[in-house]
Amino acid sequence: MTTTPANDPPVSAWTTAPIVLRSTKAETPGVFTAEFEFKCEQDAARFASRPGQFNMLYCPGYGESAISLSRVCENSQRLVHTIRSVGDVTNRLARLKIGEIIGLRGPFGNGWPDFPDDLQHLIVVGGGIGLAPLRPVIEQFLASHMATRELTVLVGARSCEHLLFAGEYQSWRDSGATVIATVDRSAPEWKGEVGVVPALIDRLNIRDPAETQLFACGPEIMMSYSATAALDRDIPRDNIWFSMERHMNCAIGHCGRCQFGSHFICTSGPVFRYNDVQQLLTIHGL
Amino acid sequence: MTSPLFLPVAELPKLLARLLELGYKVIAPTIDQEAIVYSEIQSVEDLPRGWTDEQEPGHYRIKPTSNDRYFDYVVGPHSWKKYLFPPLQLISRAISGEEGWTFETCSDAPEQLAFLGVRACELAAMKIQDRVFLDGAYVDTGYQRRREGSFVIAVNCSVASPNCFCTSMNSGPRCKTGFDLALTELDDGMFVEVGSSRGQDVIEPLSLHAATTQHLNSAENLYARTVSQVSKHLNTDDLRNRLMSNLNDGKWDSVAERCLSCTNCTMVCPTCFCSHVSEVPSLDETVVERQRKWDSCFNLEFTAVHGTPVRNDVRSRYRQWLTHKLATWHDQFGESGCVGCGRCITWCPVGIDLTVEVNAICGGES
Ligand SMILES: Cc1cc2nc3c(=O)[nH]c(=O)nc-3n(C[C@H](O)[C@H](O)[C@H](O)COP(=O)(O)OP(=O)(O)OC[C@H]3O[C@@H](n4cnc5c(N)ncnc54)[C@H](O)[C@@H]3O)c2cc1C
Ligand code: SF4
Ligand code: SF4
Ligand code: FES
Repeated sequence: MTTTPANDPPVSAWTTAPIVLRSTKAETPGVFTAEFEFKCEQDAARFASRPGQFNMLYCPGYGESAISLSRVCENSQRLVHTIRSVGDVTNRLARLKIGEIIGLRGPFGNGWPDFPDDLQHLIVVGGGIGLAPLRPVIEQFLASHMATRELTVLVGARSCEHLLFAGEYQSWRDSGATVIATVDRSAPEWKGEVGVVPALIDRLNIRDPAETQLFACGPEIMMSYSATAALDRDIPRDNIWFSMERHMNCAIGHCGRCQFGSHFICTSGPVFRYNDVQQLLTIHGL
Repeated sequence: MTSPLFLPVAELPKLLARLLELGYKVIAPTIDQEAIVYSEIQSVEDLPRGWTDEQEPGHYRIKPTSNDRYFDYVVGPHSWKKYLFPPLQLISRAISGEEGWTFETCSDAPEQLAFLGVRACELAAMKIQDRVFLDGAYVDTGYQRRREGSFVIAVNCSVASPNCFCTSMNSGPRCKTGFDLALTELDDGMFVEVGSSRGQDVIEPLSLHAATTQHLNSAENLYARTVSQVSKHLNTDDLRNRLMSNLNDGKWDSVAERCLSCTNCTMVCPTCFCSHVSEVPSLDETVVERQRKWDSCFNLEFTAVHGTPVRNDVRSRYRQWLTHKLATWHDQFGESGCVGCGRCITWCPVGIDLTVEVNAICGGES
C-alpha cells in the first residue's frame, strides 16, 4: 500500500516527534553529548537540518529547551546534541537512560550562512558551550576539502577542563585547521594560552581580510570584543556573524519571549550579521 | 457589494435569529461585574441597551444613558482576541505507555462564532494579529480556523471616550473593511453596510429596504460627530525612529517609578500576543498536557536565561512594551502594533497613558 502525501495529516509547528536516546558521552564538567534516533521513520524522512539550527527537546512534565545540533549527520536518523545542565529540562536530559523516549520539535532557526565562493579564511570563535553549534560548521568545512582555504578555530573556556570537544582538536588540526584554545584561569598542567579569545584574533595571520568570515557563538561580551578585534584586522562588518541566545518557548515566532529589538531570535536568528545586532547589544536590558 | 440597507430597530431580533438559525454562537457586548464585556448572547435583550461607559486614565464606570440605544459606548476590558487567540489553549499531550512517551497534537473543536459589535479599532486589531499568526513563517492553524470561521458584524462608534485615539492610528472610528456586515445605529434603526458575500447571504432573507438618503446623511453626521469627540492624539510622524533613538534615555525612569509591572495593559490590549506553554501533568503523571496561556513582557520570568531575567527592571520592561507596540512592530509586521483603542490607559491601575509617555520620552507634541 502506498500513501500519498496529500493524505498525510498536516504537521503543525507544535507536532512533537518521539526520539530515542541511543548513547551519551561526558564532555566537560556538567556537559554531555547525547545521540538520539527518531522512533518513526516518517519523522526522520521529513527532518533535514543545517549547521547552526536548533531543536526543541521536550521532557514531559519538565518542558522544552532549545538545543543546537552539535553534529549534522548525512543520515538524518541520528540527532546529536551537546547539552550543558543548568536547570529543569537540561538536568532531566542529563538523567535520561539509554532507550528512553523524549520529544522533539524542529529544526528551527536560520543556521550559519553558506560559505561564499570566494571564501579564503574562516575563523570560528566558540566560548564554552557556544562551540556546540559551531562544530557542524568545522566538520562541514573540513569534509569539503577546501584545501586552498584556511580554517582557524578559536576556543575559549573558564579553565582547561571546560574546553569543549578538546579530544577532537588534534584531528581537526590533522585535517588542516589551526586550533587555538585559551582559558581564563591556568592550571599547572596547562601548556596553552591564557586570556580572552578576542586577544587571539589580534595575533592571527589573516592574508585576505576581505575574503575572511568570522562565525562566533558564546557570551555576548566575548562575541562583541571578537567583532571589534576582527574589524581592527580589516575583516568587513558584513563578514561577521553571531549566534544569539534569549529565552525561548515556542521557537516559531508566536510567543514573544525571544524578542531582541526588532528580531525574534527563534525565526530571524539565531544567527545574525554583526551589523544587525551591534547597536542593540549596547543597550542594557533589551 | 449591495448598496446600504436599513434595519428598523424592531427587526434587530430577526438578524440575531438568523445567525442562531445558521448555527452561529453569537458573541456580543453584555454587562457583567459592572463592565461591558463580550460573551454569548441568546437575544437582543442581553445587549447593554441604554447603558454607556465613562473612561479616563485608570478609570472605568458604566452608567445608564437617557436613550435606548444598543451600542452607545466604546470598548471595555475584553477584546475579540479572547475568542480568536484563547487565553488558555491545549496545545499537545504526552502520554506515558508501555513503550515510553507518545505525543499528540491537540486542536479544539471548531465553533462557528458570530461577533456582534466589533468596532473599527478592533477590526484593525484583528488584522494585526492575523499578521502575527497567519503571515509569518509558521501558521497558527487553530487561530486560522477560528478566524476564517467567524462572522463579523461591525458597529460604527457613536461616541468616543477621552482615551480613544483611533484617528491618530488610522484605525477608526469608521469601519471600512474587514467585516461581513457593518451597522451604524441611528434613531430608528440600523444603517447596514454589506462587506462580503457571506454577509449578503446572511442579510438577504431579511428582505430589508435600501437605506434612504436621509439615513445616509444621518450616518455621515454620526461619523463626523464621533471623529470630533476624539480628543486624544499621538504624533506618529517618524515615531519608530524617535523611540529607537531614545532607548538609553533616562526619561524611562519616570514611568518606571509609577508602573507596577502588573501586566494589565498587555492583558487588555487587543494586539498583544505573548504567550507561554506550561506543563500540566495528571495526578499520576501518566499524561502531561501542554497548555498555552497568555503571558506578558511585564513578567519577570519572561526573559529568564539560566534563571536570570534579561529585563531585570521595570524600566526595561516598560520600554520593551512601548517600543514593541509603537516601533519594532513596524520592522516585524510592517505596521504599528497599536490601534489607539485606549484600553491600556483605562485599565492601568495607576493611569499611565502611553501617549503622554511617548511625548515625555521623545517629544512630539504637535
Ligand atoms: C538558539 C539556542 C541554541 C541553544 N543551544 C544550546 C546547546 O546546544 N546546548 C546547550 O546546553 N544549551 C543550548 N542553549 C541554551 C538552552 O536552551 C538553555 O540552557 C536551556 O533551555 C535551559 O533550560 P532548563 O530548563 O534546563 O533551565 P531553566 O532555567 O529551568 O529554564 C526553564 C525554561 O526557560 C527557557 N530558557 C532558560 N534559559 C534559556 C536559554 N539560555 N536559552 C533559551 N531558553 C532558555 C527554556 O524554555 C527552559 O525550558 C541554546 C539556546 C538557544 C536560544
Ligand atoms: S497599546 Fe493600548 S491603545 Fe494601543 S491597541 Fe494596545 S491597548 Fe489599545
Ligand atoms: S503600564 Fe500600567 S497596566 Fe501596564 S504594567 Fe505598568 S502599571 Fe500595569
Ligand atoms: S521563542 Fe517564541 S517568539 Fe521566539
